[in-house]
Amino acid sequence: MLIFEHSRPGRRNYSQSPAAAEIVGIPQNLMRKVPPLLPEVSEMDAVRHYTRLSQKNFSIDTQFYPLGSCTMKYNPRACNSLAMLPQFLARHPRAPESTGQGFLACMYELQEILKDVTGMAGVCLTPMAGAQGELIGIAMIRAYHESRGDSARTEIIVPDAAHGTNPATAVMCGYKVVEIATDKEGDVDMEALKAAVGPQTAGLMLTNPSTLGVFEKNVAEMSKLVHEAGGLLYYDGANLNAILGKVKPGDMGFDVIHINLHKTFSTPHGGGGPGSAPVGVAPRLLPFMPVPVVGSDNGMYRWLTEKDIPQTIGRLSAHMGNAGVLLRAYVYVRLLGAEGMHRVAEFAALNANYLMAEMSKAGFEIAYPTRRASHEFIVTLKELKEKTGITAMNVAKRLLDKGYHAPTIYFPLLVPECMLIEPAETESRETLDAFVAAMKEIMEEAHNQPELVKNAPHTTPVRRLDDVKAARELDLTWKQV
Amino acid sequence: MPFIPHTQEDVQTMLASIGANSIDNLFDEIPPALKSGGLKGVPPGLSEMEISRLMLERAETDGRYLNFIGAGAYEHHIPAAVWQIATRGEFYSSYTPYQAEASQGTLQLLYEYQTIMASLTGMDVSNASMYDGASALAEAALMAVRSHKSSRRILIPSTVHPVYRSVVRAIVRNQGIDVVELPYCKASGQTLAEALDEFGKEEFAALVIPQPNFFGVLEEVDTLTDWAHSKNALAIGVVNPMALAILTPPGEWGEKGADVAVGEGQPLGIPLSSGGPYFGFMACKQALVRQMPGRIIGRTTDQDGRSGFVLTLQAREQHIRRSKATSNICTNQGLMVTAATIYLALMGPEGLRRTAAQSHANTLSLLEKLETLKGVKRLFNGSLFHEIVVSLPAPAGEIMHALESRGILGGLDLEGYYPELGHAMLVCATETKTSEDLDKYAGQLRGVLENS
Repeated sequence: MLIFEHSRPGRRNYSQSPAAAEIVGIPQNLMRKVPPLLPEVSEMDAVRHYTRLSQKNFSIDTQFYPLGSCTMKYNPRACNSLAMLPQFLARHPRAPESTGQGFLACMYELQEILKDVTGMAGVCLTPMAGAQGELIGIAMIRAYHESRGDSARTEIIVPDAAHGTNPATAVMCGYKVVEIATDKEGDVDMEALKAAVGPQTAGLMLTNPSTLGVFEKNVAEMSKLVHEAGGLLYYDGANLNAILGKVKPGDMGFDVIHINLHKTFSTPHGGGGPGSAPVGVAPRLLPFMPVPVVGSDNGMYRWLTEKDIPQTIGRLSAHMGNAGVLLRAYVYVRLLGAEGMHRVAEFAALNANYLMAEMSKAGFEIAYPTRRASHEFIVTLKELKEKTGITAMNVAKRLLDKGYHAPTIYFPLLVPECMLIEPAETESRETLDAFVAAMKEIMEEAHNQPELVKNAPHTTPVRRLDDVKAARELDLTWKQV
Repeated sequence: MPFIPHTQEDVQTMLASIGANSIDNLFDEIPPALKSGGLKGVPPGLSEMEISRLMLERAETDGRYLNFIGAGAYEHHIPAAVWQIATRGEFYSSYTPYQAEASQGTLQLLYEYQTIMASLTGMDVSNASMYDGASALAEAALMAVRSHKSSRRILIPSTVHPVYRSVVRAIVRNQGIDVVELPYCKASGQTLAEALDEFGKEEFAALVIPQPNFFGVLEEVDTLTDWAHSKNALAIGVVNPMALAILTPPGEWGEKGADVAVGEGQPLGIPLSSGGPYFGFMACKQALVRQMPGRIIGRTTDQDGRSGFVLTLQAREQHIRRSKATSNICTNQGLMVTAATIYLALMGPEGLRRTAAQSHANTLSLLEKLETLKGVKRLFNGSLFHEIVVSLPAPAGEIMHALESRGILGGLDLEGYYPELGHAMLVCATETKTSEDLDKYAGQLRGVLENS
């Protein structure tokens, strides 16, 4: 039932509304005539309705979520409760800096910590999601070239395995996208890269470890190649979790990076946001950083603005980005400390390689069997599909019945019937073993009871939903019948 | 080891299964020359007790003030149930609802959100939210350019939030889009109607119409909308959703209604929290739905014929269309929208209307009290919602600073944004302010002015 179907005219929450006040001086043509369609329910009705809705979700707090490229690790509760201290919540974004020294101290220290972790010269915390981090990064690359009068650079190179946000971002920044292929080992095809790089190259966007779950071994050579041609290197930090404390993007030669705090730094995914994606830059891009950035003058923290960074690419949010998410990330990095950060990559790698080994032993085909898993790996179900007609989608849906969130499927697109599996460091061995057992059961079902798998899921609040109907007969809002 | 469950025995068993000697071994594909020398800039880890102490101390340093600043972020009461439910693990720690059958809670909630936002704005459809109000406006401008085809020119009144204008420029800059600012009337604080035709001589893709505008003043939205349509351009409303409880929704502006409505969703149950996370909203006419960026939820049926919800029209999005997507946007502000939907359900139409009306009344009441002070007066005579520009007898920055030491954040100093206004501040009093609060503000301002 929708909340609107619980609604009864005239029912309302008296403790949640002020006394009726008079509206003065607003002309009639500017006044609303018909009240908006908001539910009229009691507080208890609303609480029950949304509590029940929450129970229809899978979540990290209730299920294993081996979702490749998404880093679904435990979100420590302390991060949430400390970011929601009343003074932090009540602070207005335009309140003077003198009233926010406690908050700004956290932001400044987070900036400094992220600089060290990434090996970059400067960090700006304001980008509100990975795709916005990318937009800022590519805009800085463009501003850099333009500031040098180097305006013939029109192309951004993107590997074919990249996230869709990479090419979409390059286009939003006015660039043409050149896609390059991946070799048999899962690395960027160096010959294709050499052929693509030239005086027209503005930059290369790279995810490392890549979305295929492997570390690009030739990254130093790639960096040299692009830099020698006058291009810059963009690091998509989607998989930073795999190398935290082990390798720094700055040391690999990247000029600009974004970090997905909702992945590596464990801020909540929240059912699809808010994200947060600080951007780090090498020295040559410092003059173009977006504003505001937190600065420190004699122990007083303040916002650096257009006045301090006159060549800035500008502002990308109304205030300072997702401040509350940044506070959660700050608490997380302080809980981990340097040692804890090293362990993130170590145990993410241990879990991924263990799960890969166990799945291989259980008979699953690993897409890049000669490679180490970074913090994720790919299983291909091509053979299963050929033999039984059961697809990666079917297996994914059947996993839901067994109480597991499905891995990422059909991404990257170059591996047929693929499942990109990322266990993250916070899962125990028992959970990984149980997942392998569930996958084995599904394989048996695929052979013995294929209809059971094809028609999955069976135990979720709804069964397979009709996507085609959803797009054809658009029903985007509820209407009173 | 914080948040890592492995015992020593686990590690040994797992390494044996992998066939590796040590965890370090797992990083052997990384060229040694690239390996980092450690994290010297990261302090040692703290226990939860220690970090709690530190954060409490920092929060107390920041203190609590009686706040009269608005300027795009508004202090409203948030019912306790809102965040208690929004931070349930099933909402807080769930992923984007790509696996629809395992995400019906989030998906249904977003469908309810879309329904409410479409109705609140008077539009046909709404997406599942954007990053914030400013970036939503930039996306609306891009949407207008995509649908207009022949013009890449956007008209934005200078009565639109100055930072929103900066954000629009920063986001559209590299796409050859021309952002043109319109002047405002010095007397009313509204977009200058007489100047429109001058700017409308050349073709444009859209006119942005703020309601209320940055000065808190209500614009002549009917006239502006009809004028944009007469020039074959789209009308984009940028609105405060709280104000829409009492003001005409964009979908009903002028003869045909605005085409797109965007704005900052923060007033709907989201704490001020130093500026974020908030959420932007975007709603539009049915004809534009395929040009709309961001996630959209649709209702459909499952294989047993039961009603259910999915992400739909994904063919617009970057994970399918890559370089041809409507936007690079991937995320929405799911958790913030979860809170906003619960907030709207708890408030209902009457609760929201009363909150808006009380905010309006409090601001008028504050103005009355402030205008009894010498040299303090209202600057614009246009009718207002819950914010107002007040001119002061001395630099606003100095007065704000003096008020701060008396526990009051008096408003936003406008001198940096609109130097032509002289000593001026933007003030807001929402429903959270009692008449004692208003008296206190007026009394303290009197004290400051007498001492200066």
